[in-house]
Amino acid sequence: MSILVDKNTKVITQGMTGKTGSFHTETALAYGTKMVGGVTPGRGGTEHLGLPQFNSVHEAKAATGATASCVYVPPAGAADAILEAIDAQMELIICITEGIPVLDMIPVKRALTGSKSRLIGPNCPGVLTPNECKIGIMPGNIFSKGSVGVVSRSGTLTYEAVFQTTNAGLGQTTAVGIGGDPVNGTNFIDVLELFLADDETKSIIMIGEIGGSAEEEAAQFLKDEAKRGRKKPMVGFIAGRTAPPGRRMGHAGAIVSGGQGGAEEKIAAMEEAGIRVSPSPSELGVTLLDRLT
Amino acid sequence: MNIHEYQGKELLAKYGVGIPAGFAALSVEEAIEGAKKLPGPLYVVKAQIHAGGRGKGKFKELGQDAKGGVRLSKSIEEVEANAKEMLGNTLVTIQTGEAGKQVNRLYVTDGVDIEKEYYLSMLVDRSTGRVAMIVSTEGGMDIEEVAHSTPEKIHTITIDPAEGFQPHHGRAVAFGLKLEGELNKQAQTLAKQLYTAFIDLDCDMVEINPLVETKDGNLLVLDTKMSFDSNALYRHPDVMALRDETEEDPAELEASKYDLAYIKLDGDIGCMVNGAGLAMATMDIIKLNGSFPANFLDVGGGASKEKVTAAFKIILSDPNVKGILVNIFGGIMKCDIIADGIVAAAKDVNLSVPLVVRLEGTNVEQGKEILANSGLAIVPANDLGDAARKIVAEVQKVA
Repeated sequence: MSILVDKNTKVITQGMTGKTGSFHTETALAYGTKMVGGVTPGRGGTEHLGLPQFNSVHEAKAATGATASCVYVPPAGAADAILEAIDAQMELIICITEGIPVLDMIPVKRALTGSKSRLIGPNCPGVLTPNECKIGIMPGNIFSKGSVGVVSRSGTLTYEAVFQTTNAGLGQTTAVGIGGDPVNGTNFIDVLELFLADDETKSIIMIGEIGGSAEEEAAQFLKDEAKRGRKKPMVGFIAGRTAPPGRRMGHAGAIVSGGQGGAEEKIAAMEEAGIRVSPSPSELGVTLLDRLT
Repeated sequence: MNIHEYQGKELLAKYGVGIPAGFAALSVEEAIEGAKKLPGPLYVVKAQIHAGGRGKGKFKELGQDAKGGVRLSKSIEEVEANAKEMLGNTLVTIQTGEAGKQVNRLYVTDGVDIEKEYYLSMLVDRSTGRVAMIVSTEGGMDIEEVAHSTPEKIHTITIDPAEGFQPHHGRAVAFGLKLEGELNKQAQTLAKQLYTAFIDLDCDMVEINPLVETKDGNLLVLDTKMSFDSNALYRHPDVMALRDETEEDPAELEASKYDLAYIKLDGDIGCMVNGAGLAMATMDIIKLNGSFPANFLDVGGGASKEKVTAAFKIILSDPNVKGILVNIFGGIMKCDIIADGIVAAAKDVNLSVPLVVRLEGTNVEQGKEILANSGLAIVPANDLGDAARKIVAEVQKVA
C-alpha cells in the first residue's frame, strides 16, 4: 500500500500548456503516472503532449474520470485554479506554484473545510509513490519502493530523505511535500495519520523547519496516538537552527517571530514525542537504520 | 516589505483611522515647515527608520546622555534643534544591531495628551489560516513579554473569511480592550477600518503599539508598524512606491533584483543552494562542522545561468567570504544548468577562494562532466556531509 496516490490514480494538470506544466507533465508521463488530460482555459478540444485539453476542471473530470489534479498555474491565478478544483470535487489537489499571496490562500483554506477535496501545498514538490505515481516536481530516479514514509515542509530536503533511504536500502512507500507557505492545505498531522494507518509504512521521516507551530502540533498528535498504541519508529530533522530571528528564510512560512517558531523548541517537542531528531541533514538514512536495529 | 511609520499612518488615515496630525521631513527646514503647520505648543520629532525601539535608542555620534529617536519638543526652536541632532546621525536600537541605522527622514507630529495606552495588531494566524486581531490593555509594552507573563491580558479574535468582518468582531475588540461608552464605539469602528485596510493592501502585519486614548476622549494610532506580503506587491504599485531602498542591505537589494532569496550572515563560508529548506540545512551543517555560514542563498527553482552568475557575484561581494559551498539537489532545476552557471561565473569573477560543489539529482552526470572539464579548481563532494567537511577544511587550510 501507499498513501494518497498509486498506480490507478488518474491525474490531470492545471496549467499544462505552460513551460513548467509541460516539462513536469512529460516527466510524470515518463515515470508512468496515469496522466489523462490537462486544463487550460481557451484550449479545450485541443491536444497537448498527446493528452486532451479542457476549458474547465469540471469538464476534464467528467470526460476522464480523473481524481487528482496538479496545479502549475502562475501565482496570480493559482488560488482560483485550486478553488475551481475544489468546486469540481477533485479528491486530491496538489499545488506546486510558489509565491501565491497569502490572503488568496485564506478563502482556499476555508473552501476546503467540509469539501470533498484534500489540498497538498502550495509551494511544494508534490507527492510520489515509487514505481506507481509521480505528481509534481520530485526527481523520480532517486526513489525506490520500500517501507519509509517521508513527509516534509521543504522540497529539496525531501529529496535528501528519499535519496538517503534509497541508499540505506529501505526505500519509500510514499513521499509527501506539504510545502513552505504559512497557509497550506495539508499539515504534518494529516499525513502522519495516513502513514500510521498504512500497513506497508514501517517507519517515518518527518522534516520540518523554523516558523509556525505545525511541528509542535504534530508532536502532540504523535504523543496522543502513542497512548492509544499507535506508534511507528520516526526520525526527524528541523532546518534553520542557524537562522537569525525576524528574517524570512526563503519560504514565506520560515520565520522566527514574536518568540515563536524557533528550531530548538521544535526539536525538543519532537524528541519528547519519541522522534529521533538528527542534527545533520546528511544522516537521516543512517539514523533511521540505527533506530530500526 | 516594510514601510516607515509615517507612511503607515498616512495609509491608515485613508481608511478613516485617527492619527495625530504630522508631516514627514527630509531636512531641518522641512521639519520646521511641518511644525509650523501644526497647532502646537507640543510637538514630537520621530526618527523614521525600519526598526523598533526608537524611543529608547541612542545616537552613535551623540553622548550617552543625549535623547533617543523620539523627542518631545516644546517650541519650533526645539523642533529645529532636535531635527539637527537627529538627521544624518546613526540610531542604535535593540532591533538595529550594533551598526545602527542612519536617520534620513523625520516625522514631526502634534503632541498628544495621553490618558491610557493599548495594544492592537493584525496578522495571518497560521494555525487557523485566518486573519486575526490581537488586542491587549497593556499598550506601549513589549507584547511578547505580556504574552509570556500575563497571557490572560491578550485577546485574539479571528475572522472567518466566508463572513468577513462582522459587528461582533468589532465588539470583541472593543470589550477586549475594556472600553466603555463612546470609546467602545470608536474601537469597533477602528477595528473594521483596520480589517478593511489589511485585506485591501495585502498586509503581512499591522501593529499599533500604542493605540492611545487621549485626555479629550479619542482613540488615536500613536505608533504603527506595517509590513506587506511581498508575493502580493505586484497588485499594489502604490504600496511598492513606498519602498525605501536605503533601509535595505545593498547585497540583499541586489539579490532581490534577480529574484534571489539572499540574507547576509556573519560567517565566512558562502553558500549557494536550491530550495529554502536545503539552504537552511546547509547553513546548519556548516555550523555543525565547526564553522559559520556567511549567508543564506536560495537560487530557487528553474534558475537561469544569469541568475546563478548573479548569485555568485553577490556571495563574493561579502569580503568575509573565504570559501564557497554550492549544494544543489536538482528537482525542478537541472544540474547541468547549474554547472554551466558555476563555470561561467567562476571564470567571470576570477574566483580565488576555494569552491566545493555538491550536485545531485536530475542530469547529475552531465553536470559533473561540465565541472570536470571546466579547467577550474573545483572540489567535488559526494553528499552534503562530505561537502560541509570539505569546505570547512579548505577554508582552514587557507587561514
